[in-house]
This record gives sequence, C-alpha cells and structure tokens, in this order.
Amino acid sequence: MISKTVDKKRELSINWKLLRQVILGLVIVAAILFFNARSPEKTSAVLSSTLRYAVPLILGALCGIFCERAGIVNIGIEGQMLFSAFLSYMTNVWTGNLLLSLLVGMLTGAVLGLFLAFLSIKLKLNQTIGGTVINILATGITGYFYQTGLTTQGKLWNIPLGPLAKIPLIGPVLFNNPPITYIAILLVIFSQVLLFHTRWGLRTRAVGEHPRAADTLGVDVFKIRYWNVIIGGVMAGLAGSFLTLEGVGMFERGMTNGRGFIALAVMIFGKWNPISSALAALFFGFANAMQIQLQFMGIQIPHQFVGMIPYLLTIIVVSGFVGRSRAPAAEGIPYEKE
Amino acid sequence: MDNTYSKTADALMDTDKSVILEAKHIYKTFPGTVANDDVSLELRKGEVLALLGENGAGKSTLMNVIYGLYTQDKGEIFLNGEPYAIDNPHDAINAGIGMVHQHFMLVPVFSVLENMMLGAETTKGPFLNKKAAEAKLRDLSESFGLEIDPHAIIEELPVGLQQRVEILKALYRDVEILILDEPTAVLTPQETEELFKIMRRLTERGVSIVFITHKLKEVLAVADRIIIMRRGKVVGTTTPAETDEHGLASMMVGREVILEVEKAPAQVGKVVLEIEHLNIHDNNQMHSVRDISLSVRAGEVLGIAGVQGNGQSEFVEAITGLRRYNSGEIRIDGKRMPQEKPRTLVEHGMAHIPEDRQKHGLVLQYPLTSNFVLCTYYREPFSRHGILNENEILRNAEELMERFDVRAPSPVTVAGDLSGGNQQKVIVGRELSREVSLVIANQPTRGLDVGSIEYIHKTLIEMRDAGVGVLLVSSELDEIMSISDRIAVIYRGEILAVLDAAEASREEIGLLMAGHISE
Repeated sequence: MISKTVDKKRELSINWKLLRQVILGLVIVAAILFFNARSPEKTSAVLSSTLRYAVPLILGALCGIFCERAGIVNIGIEGQMLFSAFLSYMTNVWTGNLLLSLLVGMLTGAVLGLFLAFLSIKLKLNQTIGGTVINILATGITGYFYQTGLTTQGKLWNIPLGPLAKIPLIGPVLFNNPPITYIAILLVIFSQVLLFHTRWGLRTRAVGEHPRAADTLGVDVFKIRYWNVIIGGVMAGLAGSFLTLEGVGMFERGMTNGRGFIALAVMIFGKWNPISSALAALFFGFANAMQIQLQFMGIQIPHQFVGMIPYLLTIIVVSGFVGRSRAPAAEGIPYEKE
Repeated sequence: MDNTYSKTADALMDTDKSVILEAKHIYKTFPGTVANDDVSLELRKGEVLALLGENGAGKSTLMNVIYGLYTQDKGEIFLNGEPYAIDNPHDAINAGIGMVHQHFMLVPVFSVLENMMLGAETTKGPFLNKKAAEAKLRDLSESFGLEIDPHAIIEELPVGLQQRVEILKALYRDVEILILDEPTAVLTPQETEELFKIMRRLTERGVSIVFITHKLKEVLAVADRIIIMRRGKVVGTTTPAETDEHGLASMMVGREVILEVEKAPAQVGKVVLEIEHLNIHDNNQMHSVRDISLSVRAGEVLGIAGVQGNGQSEFVEAITGLRRYNSGEIRIDGKRMPQEKPRTLVEHGMAHIPEDRQKHGLVLQYPLTSNFVLCTYYREPFSRHGILNENEILRNAEELMERFDVRAPSPVTVAGDLSGGNQQKVIVGRELSREVSLVIANQPTRGLDVGSIEYIHKTLIEMRDAGVGVLLVSSELDEIMSISDRIAVIYRGEILAVLDAAEASREEIGLLMAGHISE
C-alpha cells in the first residue's frame, strides 16, 4: 500500500513537471516568433549569439557531468579550457592546420583530465585543491608563454547544412554553424544516451553514487573514474578550442573569463543531466545575448552592471535558489579499496 | 514448527551431500589483530550453514575472503573440489558466489532494475536491454515468490524490501552459494520469519547458504549445521539437534553465560519523566515522532521496542535536549523542561547513553580522564574559578575505571584506542556516577561482546533497583524483553501500545513492531 502511494506521487509530479516544461517551451517559441515578426535581423542575431555563447558552456558542463557522475569533483574546467585554448591556438599559429589544432586542444584537455584523475584517484588529493592546481597552472603557464602579435591563417568556418540552412529563422541559427558547434550538439545527445542507456553509463552513475556497491559487483571503480575524467577532459578541451579556433579566432590572456565556473553552475542548474544542462547553457547564453543587446540599445545603466548578468545568474544558481538538485552522493570522496 | 520434520530429514542426508565450498587453514591478519587464525570450514550443497560468533570473531572477515573483497595471507579455498583463486568480487560472482552485506550494497537513487543490472548488464548492441532484464527479474520474483516492483527506487523502499532486492540481486547472477551477513539485524521478528522461509525455498532449489549471525535463537531455527567462531578461530561445529542456546552461548563466549538477566520485581516510585503529546517534524515536514505520551517512574525500566528508523533517534534526541520538537511537553520530576539545553537536563539528574557512542558519547581524541568529566568539568571539584584541577580529574578517572571495569592501559589513553565494550563502559561510568534520577539508554549494547552486554544489563538493573527511572531504547527484542518492566512499541513515530513485560509475548511485540495492531 505504501509503495503504491509513492508511485502515485511520482507519476503526479512527473505530470506537473512535463506540463510546466511544455508551457515554458510554448512561451519561449511564442516569444521568439513575436520578436521575429517585429525585427527578424535582431531576433536571429540574438539567437545566434545565444548559441555561440552557450557552446563552450555546454562542453564545459559535459566535462563536469562526466567527472561528477563518476564521483570526481572537477573545478579545474576553467584551467583545462584555457590550456586547450592556448595550445590549439599555438598549433594553429605554427602549422595553420585547423584539424590538427582541434585535436591538440582535445588532447590537452584529456591529458589534464588524466592529471586530475591521477591526483584525486591515485594520490587521493583533495579534489577541490587538484582542480585549483590546474586553474593556477593554466593561468600562469599560458600567460607566461603567450606572446602578442602572433597571427593565424584563419579560423573554423561555417558549414551550412544544405537546404536545412535555408529554413527561415531556424536555418541560419541552427544549421549554419562551424564544426565545433555541431559537435557540441551531437555530444549532448551522445552523452545523454551514454549515461542513461548504456552499460558504461550505468556503471559510471553507480560509481558516483555508491562506489562500494559497484565494487562488490565486480565493477572496476578506478578504471571507470579515470576514463570518465579523461573523457570529460576532452570535452573541456573542445570548449577551449572553440574559443580560439571558432569563437574569437585568437588567444588572449585569461580569455576563458570564468566560463569554466559558469559551466559548473550550468551543470548544477541542469541537475547533472546533459540535455537539461544544454538548455541551462542556452539560458545563460540568452542572458548574455540580451546583455549585449541592452548595451547596443544604449540603456542608461553602466555597461559593467549589464555585463554582470551571467555571473549574477551563476551565483544565484550555485547558491541553490533554483530548485533543489542533488549531487552524486560519492562526489569528492576518494575511494579506498578495503 | 513445521520445519522440524525437514530438519531431521536433512540431518539424515547430511553425509550424502557433496561439499561445494571448502576453505582450508585460512589466515588473515590486519594491523594489530589476527582476524582469521587457521580457519577451515566446508559448505555442503543445499544446506544452511550458520556461522555464529560475537562481533569481531572473524566471521565477516572469512566471508569477505571467500567473496574476494579481502585476500587471505595464507590458506586455500576449494570450489567443488577444485582449488579456486579469487582476487575480487567479480571472480566470486563468476564462480556462483553471492553475498548480501550487512550494510546493503544498493545504489539508493537507482531503481530495483538498475541495481539488478549493475555489473551484470544485458545489452542489445551498445544499449542496455532493460526489457530483457525486467523479464528475467519478473521470472525470478515469481519462481521464488519474492515480489518486487522493478521500477521502485531503492531509497523509497522499506529495509525489508531492500534486503529482498539484495537477495534477488544474487539470484539474478545465478548464485549457487549465498552468503548472508547478519541479515536479520534490520528486520522485525515477522520479517525474519519470512526471510527464513525464503532461505528454505532457496536451499530446496539447491542453493547453499552461509548465514552469519550472533543471534542464538535464529541459528537454532534455521541452520542445518553450525560453526562457532571465537577470536578468529573455529571453536566448534554442531547441529541444532545436538545443542541448545546455553551450549551455543558458552561456546561462543568461551565460558558459562547467564542468558536471562536476574532481577527482582520492580519497586515503583513516583514519576520521573513525563512526556505529553510530543511531536517532531523532520526536514521534509513529515512526522518523525507523532503524538507520543509516555511516563517513566522511579525504579522501573521502560523499554521502547521497534525496528531501527521508526523515530527512536529523534525521540531520544528530543528528550535529551539535542533536538527541537514541534509541540508537546516534557517534565522531569514534575518540572516542565521546555526545549532545555542538555546541560540543564544533566543538572536535573538525567543521564544519557547515546546511540552512537563514538559520535555523541565520547570525544575519541581525548584521553579517558577528560571523557570522564565531559558533563561535570565546570563544577567543583574538577574546576575552581575556571581552572581545571587535573589531579582531581585524574583521580576521578582512576576511580571510575576501577568501579566500572574499564580495561585500558592508563587513564590518559585516548578513548578512540579502546574496544567498543570499554568505550561503552566509559560512557556508562561517566553518566551513572553522577547523581541521577533518570537514565536514557539508547541501543546501549549495540555491537558489544557478550561480557560487556551482561555488564551493561546488570548495571542498568542496579540503577533501577536503586530507584532510578530507566528508559531503554533498543531494536534488539531480546534485550527489551529481558530488561524491561514495561514495554512500549514504536512504529513510524507512534507508540502503538504499552505492555506489561511479564505478560507480553514475542509474537505480540513483533506484530506491533511491524505496525499490526491486534484487536
């Protein structure tokens, strides 16, 4: 009898959630259509800017999700992004080979992931400190080796997806993008399926929630953790490459500008779920796009304040105003085999 | 009981049964202790082998060696006569060995089905095949009569059902050998009966079971053979037909044991603790304690029986000043005590033996001297004008160690270095050496050896005979039955009944513990 009432409650709450989501979705679509009717250029500019700002956040959040779902806290995403951005850029400067630059970025992220995994799994170092080490190293080393005045031969260009790109409004925003943007969108779906519908995902989540239980069932906790942190590193590496190869086209000192931390907020907002986190990233992206629009419109608020919007949102999200979300239970605790 | 017949039949067949698992001369040491010292045992096909021993006798260590969680220092294990090397649980599972751990190994946020699949996933291409897994689970449920909702989330299930999931998890992996580590610790007597039935059903299907426990009654009720362990060694092998509770207890402890606590009829005085309509909401606005009214009189033991997690902890925390309550009234010696600080309560003669002795009972890093004066350090003679009197504190510690039989190298040994039994004696010594009129003892003997249990029971009875009111909270029904004068049964935060201990039966209390109110 008890379990039945629990069941009922769960069904009911899902229905409410679904309803809320559907309504929210409809409101957003209606708003976009409304603004599109009034000024099509501006609307499509805002939407494109939203996506552009969201991509590194999506990839950063995916990095966080892979690490934390496996039980490793990664606050070094910022550093991983910065390092990868730098090495991607330098590769581009030296060779002019964009594909190679992209691969170098991913590899850099993976190596830093391995480094974090080694610190936190093998050495059982406090994971927050491990991540901070990466952040400090990244700022220091990239800042030291970066020279101004370097030039590249170009950045990743838009690839329109045939007739899809011709759909009004949606086409230019979604189907006419440079490659990393497409990769990011595909990775969201890939990660969602991987986490919730494959053996790897089941084991990853188990290891993040109750590693001892997984261990008693013959799951290799250390292996799962290592690989997930490395996979996460690749995502962060892609985010870094995006900044120098696709977004800005060049490197600046400290160019990640807190995106690695905002990505963590996005991950929490998205409840450690790839699709929800991608939506959360779009929301942050939208806040940023609006911020830019507001500055263009010459609103009488000092631009520094308007520029704060994404960061304020981060604080609000991280301090738990937005719903209650529960982190994986074994997060941050080094696993000790008996 | 209806299993008497089958048991004698089993006994006759004993010699015919083939040995499925054999451990020979297992040694396993941990820093400072020898957990298994030349232990050998054999498990026969389709039997329930009880592994009986006190806490720390080495039962769980032995089973963890067999399950591959530990590696033995010396010794061999044979499976169906073949030597069998296990380095990790994966090898054990492949060899058909399953284990239900004392602390469940279930992922709380996963569904039953996800817990089944973990580590033994069936896949269709790259994807999990949840349908196939569910079909297999339903088949198992049906054929073993273990009903479960595959989609229920573990943390929302009651403990009894979680254990069922653990057993199903083992069956899901086609085990032939099932190790149950203290499976009844979290169950009501009726749930325990149900578990025994399940165990029988499993052995009928040819599953062999190792049943680890320290409870004598259960061993006699369900085991085919019994192996008794003490201090890392096997000290005897017997069958239920050849022995009784006394025999088992003395083998387990190594000396004669008095199972029944001897006590004179209670000389009841005035009411020392009165609780009226106490309500506590927990964080989710659910009632963890619901409208409890109770009174404890001087010279009696009021026992609170109930399965763990039915609001006992919250209830005790509220009366001892460690938790705010939402409504109700608590009176000590007739004086109202609205949300008082623990110190005020202590000064009114309350002694508290907390549930978690390491967390709430002692400061583990402190020496015994300091631990003995945790409630009184600020008063004379231990402190004068804000300065501690170390000599007096040391003298006090020496005296209490003597009086309460605390075995420690010296009074300045840190509490954390003591065994559980000695730690508990330190707490008992500190609490009961003061002027007290009321003792609140929550799970005072959990995890202790028989000697310490006897000692604590005797001390509680002495307090009662000296005219102190004792409130005893315990999930060990035997403890409640042997010590209490009156028994209150708590279920989901409510007191369902208060019974006279002399007239109450185990069955009656067991039913109440499961929430059944008889008409």
